[in-house]
Parts: sequence; structure tokens; C-alpha cells
Amino acid sequence: MSTARVALRSNRRPLLLLLILPVAWMTVFYLIPIGVLLTHALFSVKYPKIDHHLTLVNFQTFVDTELYIRVLVRTVVMAVGVTLCDLLLAFPVAFWLARRVRRNREIALFLVIFPLWSSYLIRIFAWKTLLGTSGILNSFLQWAHVTNAPISFLLYSKWSILIALTHIWLPFMILPLYTVLDRIPESLLEAANDLGAGSVAAFRTVVLPLAKPGIVAGGLTTFSLTMGDYIAPTLLGGPGDQMIGKLIADQFGVANNWPLGAMLIIPVLLIISTILLLANRAGAMERTAG
Amino acid sequence: MIAVSAQPRRSLGRTALNASVCLVFLFLYLPLAVIVLYSFSAEKVNVWPIGSYTTHWYHVMWHDPEVRKGIMLSVRIGLSAAGLAILLGTLTALAIDRYAFRGKALLRFCAVLPITLPGIVTGVAMLSFFSVTGFELSNRTIIIGHTTFCITLVLNSVVARLAQIPRNLGEAAADLGASPLRAFWTVTFPLTLPAIIAGGLLAFTLSFDEIVVTLFLKGRDATLPLVIWARLRRGFSPDINAAACMIVGVSFIAVMIATVITRSSRSAQ
Repeated sequence: MSTARVALRSNRRPLLLLLILPVAWMTVFYLIPIGVLLTHALFSVKYPKIDHHLTLVNFQTFVDTELYIRVLVRTVVMAVGVTLCDLLLAFPVAFWLARRVRRNREIALFLVIFPLWSSYLIRIFAWKTLLGTSGILNSFLQWAHVTNAPISFLLYSKWSILIALTHIWLPFMILPLYTVLDRIPESLLEAANDLGAGSVAAFRTVVLPLAKPGIVAGGLTTFSLTMGDYIAPTLLGGPGDQMIGKLIADQFGVANNWPLGAMLIIPVLLIISTILLLANRAGAMERTAG
Repeated sequence: MIAVSAQPRRSLGRTALNASVCLVFLFLYLPLAVIVLYSFSAEKVNVWPIGSYTTHWYHVMWHDPEVRKGIMLSVRIGLSAAGLAILLGTLTALAIDRYAFRGKALLRFCAVLPITLPGIVTGVAMLSFFSVTGFELSNRTIIIGHTTFCITLVLNSVVARLAQIPRNLGEAAADLGASPLRAFWTVTFPLTLPAIIAGGLLAFTLSFDEIVVTLFLKGRDATLPLVIWARLRRGFSPDINAAACMIVGVSFIAVMIATVITRSSRSAQ
């Protein structure tokens, strides 16, 4: 081991050759752009140009505008809601995949992953077709004489956004959960049973703690993706259901106020990185415990 | 004896699990089924029940020049982004797997950022960067944007595969007198190729479907998702169902190939 390490250290040139292109790419096209973006939050606009003198005016605007705070809170609530719904739906499927499917597991996994790779826009659009007043759900309910008039609270509301985003990110929750559940040895559950633990107790004391890293990983993804989404609220939400992603996109589009847009990105990044940090700590704790 | 008395409760739990799994799969596939079904509907709006069926929308879609150009552009961008991502992702994966170096954890962290952070962050960050540096927005800027998040997909796929390849294979090649480069080409590369292809295919599929980053970095031309986005905003047009169905079909084939490749490479080991 130590000789191998010395050998590796003695010749750094191949490592340099391997890393130079990817690191240059990531630095120039990702890290520097994020730096440039964040710096924009300190600029202001003198239409149609950006004034490059440093100022805190955007921070002031953000704090003073009740709308921004409200939309931010709404977005966080939506992200938490989508994450919880996904967790609830993903657990049985992940458990089933890891514990019940013996043969053809690849096919079952493929079925979980497949919706992920079929057009995101189109799936949002499908929910519009499903939930609209002249959509399938309402046409079906009236056709089956369950209701006489169409139910209209579903489409163009926070419910349709919640349903569509839960649907779209669900595989991102199932996969990490499946990975951790698959690693739990059957003998552990048998031991819990032998010691007299019922299925509920075994679930709480054995399965849940061991599944934590998967829950954290999946939750982080669904939360983060929902925080930044603005396509679903645009297509499926009503006028009062805007999310922060839409406000940000507007500042870089029609409103043409990039510094304010950059300012609005900062709380989103702060919230996500706080959670990322917490998740990292939870994951690290898990590793030292195991 | 105990097993027998535990049976009814067990089977009840099992039935509940199976039922909930069925419901979740229904939830996952209902929207896709709807798209496929309505792409053959002869109705002008999406109502239930469908009166009559037709392949008319496929005909309309196929002869729509805007859609055709969109598909061609999306394929071109997807191929370029996947190609670049294969190069950069594989290089990074080799460095991570083969070498111990300072900043490795940081590198891995930075590499997953573009798919962990929402697409809007990548989009507006690059937009402001290109604007500051005076880089004009075009198809090239879309490719750069897509490549950045596609690298992660190839990297993950190749790193997982490299970890499975026994170390002593490369050492054996070196003992037999192969130079490091030759050992790589004759031993490591062929064993890693399935993972590279699988990662590249997934990268292509993701790029083909991407909308958020594309919206910020687009030049004059519209990719297929941009065409669909513009029409969805204008209101309903039935040929979108047909275009959507085609995308689902193409993704299905791509993901199938990726799955079969990774599966056969695993069983070949």
C-alpha cells in the first residue's frame, strides 16, 4: 500500500495530464460563471446598462419587498412538500425492489428509471391534460357520472404543481433509497424478528436508521430541484402560485434586471448549501458509525 | 408453528406493499400512457372518452419544418455535448480512480454541483459569464452548458465501473512489459468502454430533453424542447402529443441500450 502510494506520488505528470482539461473546463465554464453571477448581486442597473459600481441596493430591495420573501417561503414550503410526498411514495417501491424482487430486478429498476429519461416538458404537459377542466380526470368523472360539473381547483393551483413535481422527481428518491435498503443484510431483519420485534418495531429500529443516508441523498435532490424549478409553476400554476425560480428567470428575461436576479439566487443557494452541509454531516456520521 | 401463526399478518403486509407499489407505478406511468393514447386521438382537444383514432398528428408533426429543424439541432447538440462529456468525464474518472491527490474530495464535490444545484443556477451563471466576456450566444453556448452537467453523468458511470476492475490486471500488464499507455489501451479501456458508452447515452438523452439551461443560453435557433415550450405556452396543439411520443420512443430505445450494455458488461465480468 505504502509503496504503491510512493510510486503514485513519484510520477505526477500523468495525473496532471488527466486533470488539466476537466479542471480547466469546470473552472472556466462553471466556477468562474458562478462567481461572476454572485458579483452581479453587488451591481445595479442604469437601463439598459449594468452599473458596475458596488452597491447593496439589491439587498435592500430584496429585504424591503414583501413579495420576494413571500414567494421564497412559498417555494421552500413547496420543496418540503414535494420531498415528503416523494419519500412517502418512494419507500414502498424501494423496499419492494430491494427485498421482494428476486428475478428480473434489472427490468424493475429500468421501469423506475425510464420516466426520468422521457421528456420533462412533456410530462408536465401530460399533467395539464390530466387535471384540466376539459382534461381527462374531469371528463372521466363526468362521463362516469361521479360529478356533474368539472372540479376546477386542481389545475392552475399549487396542487397541480405539487402533483407534477412529485411525479417528475420520484425516481430520484427511489434510486438512493433502493441502494441503501439493498445493502441491509436479511439476517439483521431476522435477528430483529427473533428478538421479538414486530414488523413495525423492526422497521423503526433497524430499517429506518440504516436507510437514513438514502433518505438524505434523495431528499436533497428533490428539494434542490424543486427550489429552482420554474417550468411547472409557469405551465401548471395560477397567478398566485409563482415560485422563486420564475422571479429569477424574469429578472434575466423580460424585467432585464440581472443584478436583482443574482440577488434572488443567493437565498436559494444559501438554503440549498445549508442543507447540503447538514446532509454531509449526517452522511459522515453514518459512515463513522458503520 | 410460529411461522404458521405469523402467516396471516405477513401476507396482509405483503398485500399492502404490493398494492402500494402498483399504485405508485400507476402514478409514474399514467402521464406517459396519456401522451401515447392522445397522440392517436382524432379529437381537437384532449377529452375522455376518445371518439376516434388517427395517425394524422404524426403526419403533421413529421412534415412540420420547425419540428424537423428542432430535432436535427437537438441531435447535433446532444452528440457534441455527450462527446465532450465522455472525454472530460472519463479523464476525471481515471484521475479519481488511479491517483491519490489533495483536493480529490473537492473535485468530486464540484463535479456533482451542476446536477445537484437547479438548472436555473447553471443557466443564469453562464449567461452572465458569457455576457461579461463578450461571448455571443449561439448553439455553441448551449453545447457548453449541456456538457457541464453531462460530465457528471459520464463520471459517475465510469468511476463505478473502474472500481470493479481488479487492480492486479493493470499490474499484470505492466509486469509483462506493457507501458502504462499500452496497459490502458489493451486492458483498462476495453473493460471500461461499456460504462463510457452507457454514460454517454444517458448524457445524450439528458441533453436532448434539456430546457432550462437551453432557455438562457440559446442563440437564434430552437432545439426541439424549445419548439415544444413555445407551442405549449401558446396553448394546445395536438401534434405536440405526437412529437412527445416520438421523444418518449427515442429515450426508451436509448435507455434500453444503456441498460443492456451495463447489464451485459456486469455479467461478463
